[in-house]
Amino acid sequence: MKFMLMIYGNDELWESFPEDEMRELVAETDALNRSLQQSGEMIGAYGVGNQEMCKTVHVENGSPVVTDGPYIEAKEYLGSFTIVDVENEARALEIAAANPFSRFGQVEVRTLMHEAAPPEL
Amino acid sequence: MSGAPSSKARPRIEDLLREHAPQVLAAVVRRYGHFDASEDAVQEALLAASRQWPTQGVPDEPKAWLIAVAARRLTDELRSVEARRRREDAVANAAPGEVVADRAGRADRNGVDGVDGGTEHDDTLILLFMCCHPALSPASQLALTLRAVGGLSTAEIAAAFLVPETTMGQRISRAKQRIKAAGMSFERPPATEWAERLAVVLQVLYLMFNEGYTTTSGPDLQRPGLTVEAIRLTRLVHRSLPADGEVAGLLALMLLTDARRAARTNADGNLVPLAEQDRLRWDAGSIEEGVALVSRALTTSRLGPYQLQAAIAAVHAEAPSDADTDWRQIVLLYELLERIAPNPMVTLNHAVAVAMERGPRAGLAMLQSLDDDERMRGHHRLEAVRAHLLERAGEPAEARAAYRRAARRTTSLPEQRYLESRAARLADPSAIDSRADSRHDRTD
Repeated sequence: MKFMLMIYGNDELWESFPEDEMRELVAETDALNRSLQQSGEMIGAYGVGNQEMCKTVHVENGSPVVTDGPYIEAKEYLGSFTIVDVENEARALEIAAANPFSRFGQVEVRTLMHEAAPPEL
Repeated sequence: MSGAPSSKARPRIEDLLREHAPQVLAAVVRRYGHFDASEDAVQEALLAASRQWPTQGVPDEPKAWLIAVAARRLTDELRSVEARRRREDAVANAAPGEVVADRAGRADRNGVDGVDGGTEHDDTLILLFMCCHPALSPASQLALTLRAVGGLSTAEIAAAFLVPETTMGQRISRAKQRIKAAGMSFERPPATEWAERLAVVLQVLYLMFNEGYTTTSGPDLQRPGLTVEAIRLTRLVHRSLPADGEVAGLLALMLLTDARRAARTNADGNLVPLAEQDRLRWDAGSIEEGVALVSRALTTSRLGPYQLQAAIAAVHAEAPSDADTDWRQIVLLYELLERIAPNPMVTLNHAVAVAMERGPRAGLAMLQSLDDDERMRGHHRLEAVRAHLLERAGEPAEARAAYRRAARRTTSLPEQRYLESRAARLADPSAIDSRADSRHDRTD
């Protein structure tokens, strides 16, 4: 079963860590990712660019309109996400709990249902 | 694979390679040990053959060719590992390497193997026992079986399960490491473990079939590649163990289920429930074979859950229409199944059959026991069956809520679309189809 583990936070949270603590958290995350790669459970882990890099696309009368943002000030936004393919939900929750950022914010675990299939075997 | 005529030679070579894969691997493992390295070497030989044979022609002795190429790759690999180890040993001044000792150890056993002989069918079976070792997770058992016994490449297996090739590669190499760590040798399991281990093999094959038949995620309802492979491998096991009723039962169950494949989805790829399927599109050849298999097994060997499930599928297969189905017979078979292999999914299907025979209220009453079952509470199948029975019992509002709950919980997109459409029809009471009385949820 595939799950997406999403880590939410905001600039305030990301910037609150002293440099060495952040380095440790990143190292811990890297180690977790490596272990998921070795177990064959990792599909991918992605860091999401901050809000200044966010664009929104909307098609109006056939032509795309691109705007900056949205900027969400106080609320938490998606900081990074990991997609895993695991035996069951319990394992996905275990992986979510192993993520160091689950100690500061929360990790949202969502079942992935729809997927574009590659050609048949 | 069914492409232009110019590529006609390719599927035949592919079939040939897959057919030989387990025998080649068994021969190499018998001679050299090292299941993990042998498996890699055989994959390389298969790859070399798939590149060379289409242009240079198939060798006279394809199996011997594959064994020779795989053995050469393996000895090259072992030699370089040994050389590396010797260099390291020289530095560390350590004891002789594991590889050397291992090879010497195998050499002794080779004599015994030679006497034992070991037919091709036996070899395939022993490989299946290794790949379906209880120490491996079900996902790893499936992947390793497809590669080592099915002869599929990692890329093909990754595509079948919609994961990146690297992910599948890691999963397979991890599984092989576990086999190595567990010190498994290339032998039949001891008689005391036989039944238990064979049950795991059959479970893995059935899981492979179901993964292909009802994909757990994705837009397509079926991935025939996996069902075809599961049937092919189960056929191999049946050839090795023709007297085993459960092996025959599983093969029959797969054939009878797969016979409905063409009728199971409509032109838009949406699910068509059993009651509404066009039975003329069922595969008569598969049905005939499945019915013959299960009939013979039921009369000649000990009764088991696969035989009973196949017998139920056979009753459906032989009914000219849904209305003419012998529900009394199906209820009886489910009662037997509940007695010898109690399982909440069996209870669920039993409830459907009871509803068909005695009315929806009788079926709904049976579902109550499942609400207290940890494994079933909130399961989409339970909610879908409840929805159908409520609809038939004339409770559209409750039925609609149950359809919605089921749709939220399924991880199959076509199934979700189907359930949503049933719920939507109930939103407008005037649109309820009175024919729904004769319908039920069994779709598998």
